[in-house]
Amino acid sequence: MNGAALSDWLVVAPLVLGLVGSGLCAVFWWRPLAQTIIGFATTIAMTVTAAMLFARVLAGGPQVMAMGNWPAPFGIVFAADTLGAGMALLTALVGVLTLIYSMGDQSEDFRRAGYTPLLLAMLAGVTGAFLTGDIFNLYVWFEVLLIGSFGLLVLGGRKDQLEGALKYAVLNLLATTIFLIATGLLYGLVGTLNMADIAVKVAAVENRGLVNAIAALYLMAFGMKAAAFPLFFWLPASYHTPQPGVSAIFGGLLTKVGVYALIRTFTLIFPLDGGIFNDLFMWIAAATILFGGMGALVQTDLRRLVAFTVVGGIGYMLVGLALTTHAALSGGLFYMLHSVLISTGLFMAVGVAGRIGGAFDTSVLAGIYRATPAFAAIFLLGAFVVSGIPPLSGFWPKVVLVQASIAAGQPWLAAAVLTGGFLTLLAVSKAFALAFWRDSEAPLPVPETSPRAFASLMGPTAVIIVMAAMLGMFAEPAARIASAAAEELLRPAAYVAAVLGDGA
Amino acid sequence: MSSLILRTAVPLLVSLMVVFSIFVLFRGHNLPGGGFVGGLIAASGLAVYMIASGPAAVRRALIIHPIGVAGIGILAAALSGVLALFVGGPYLTGLWWLPDNIDIKIVATPVIFDIGVYLTVVGSVAAIALELEEWR
Repeated sequence: MNGAALSDWLVVAPLVLGLVGSGLCAVFWWRPLAQTIIGFATTIAMTVTAAMLFARVLAGGPQVMAMGNWPAPFGIVFAADTLGAGMALLTALVGVLTLIYSMGDQSEDFRRAGYTPLLLAMLAGVTGAFLTGDIFNLYVWFEVLLIGSFGLLVLGGRKDQLEGALKYAVLNLLATTIFLIATGLLYGLVGTLNMADIAVKVAAVENRGLVNAIAALYLMAFGMKAAAFPLFFWLPASYHTPQPGVSAIFGGLLTKVGVYALIRTFTLIFPLDGGIFNDLFMWIAAATILFGGMGALVQTDLRRLVAFTVVGGIGYMLVGLALTTHAALSGGLFYMLHSVLISTGLFMAVGVAGRIGGAFDTSVLAGIYRATPAFAAIFLLGAFVVSGIPPLSGFWPKVVLVQASIAAGQPWLAAAVLTGGFLTLLAVSKAFALAFWRDSEAPLPVPETSPRAFASLMGPTAVIIVMAAMLGMFAEPAARIASAAAEELLRPAAYVAAVLGDGA
Repeated sequence: MSSLILRTAVPLLVSLMVVFSIFVLFRGHNLPGGGFVGGLIAASGLAVYMIASGPAAVRRALIIHPIGVAGIGILAAALSGVLALFVGGPYLTGLWWLPDNIDIKIVATPVIFDIGVYLTVVGSVAAIALELEEWR
């Protein structure tokens, strides 16, 4: 495959745009306004190119580009399939909305401290992770997104932020190190880093014990990053500390990179075949759902409550992976789409609630319904979406997952899915009853937010929550895409052939 | 630190380190070396300069904000790969602009990429060092 047409560049375009935008912002370090303009231009361009890439993948299968014209499996390839391209599109879209939200959320000081370049660097890292076809390169993008996220997490430098960032950094660096060790072992075993090539070669390895050990290391590394049980506690300990806009993009995207990596490695490299890993995944998924739901139930801080619903959401996606049937995996992927939107939306909404009520804790926060009924309605809609009230978007993937669990002879997993939904509903209703319905004893503090800043907070919040709700009412296209993505993942031959060329 | 010996030796030391860092940068094209190590050497030079003459002098020497230096580096590295677009190759395809019979191969996109790495490392390490020194 010598040469590359202009349209082939779509595979790397969102990533390169993110890097260039981040670099440009750094050059204009003392010009927050210029940075904001560059930020919008970059994320919008990323959205457009990612949408074009996604359309191409849907029409013509996986798109591949070999970096520097070094052919696979020797060079680094970027390979976009339906899952990767779709997630890249979501990343860019959430990036645009977060930037709008940040106009009202971030003070001038935060922007001076490098908010926009860090955000763009993180978006570039996330996009790179979704699009790369090389496992070591995946590690590199994990590092890029971590650097960006460390910076975003401590912007502002409050004491609780540093404490949260410490937990976040230690756990994530540990996970990254395990990832690196596993990759070293894998390279020693098969002598290649290209994921498609690894998939072909691992299948022929006779030492299954070693293969399983490496798979277990990957499970541990990515499970930590995805905030799956038992290593999820870093997430509720850190995600509520930064500015709400930062929490929103973290909750929406970062854990999904871990889930994406789990799905990629455990469908392509170590395909689940009904052995011990399937059982392990089922237990992890069920425990993640239940701990997420129970954690959300006992929280009084709205931001921590939403953080626990993010953890619970990871469990549903893992149910799809654990059962490894086509129906279950498409349900899990549909849930991933839903979860990116609603996690971002809820974190944004909670930020607005805190702005109106002057607090995040439901023991203090009250009377928002009386102050702004329209916003209360949006929050309630978001709460219904996340707990899976029909016909909103949390409902359909759960139906699919319940059906798939029963069809696979694992009714207890279906019970866990339903219990998790019930717990989430209880948690968000309690929060709504206390923070919104209950009348406030003292008059609400007059927010120091200007009407313009308030509009830029409310706009993206409403847009993303309504998008998540519409996703349920017009579920057909999304379900079709999820089904196509699951089909590709379960039959990786097309992906392997696209990466390695037809000779493989 | 106000040490007469250090302050006298520093101009020589720092210029040596910066020249050596550029040597390492270009050596990296075919031999061990490259932008990352080169950048680290240059940043250590700046750190020595900062110990002797203070952070303000380093900021003056860098002319623009250190993060801006890093930003230019990221831009150079990311855009060096885009040049391949004009010859129809994939991203990051190496291009050499001098004819093959000339044995100097430094006018090329991999070199621009490496200079980008160099600037990114110098800028970000210098920014960290300055921040640590100025933080009270």
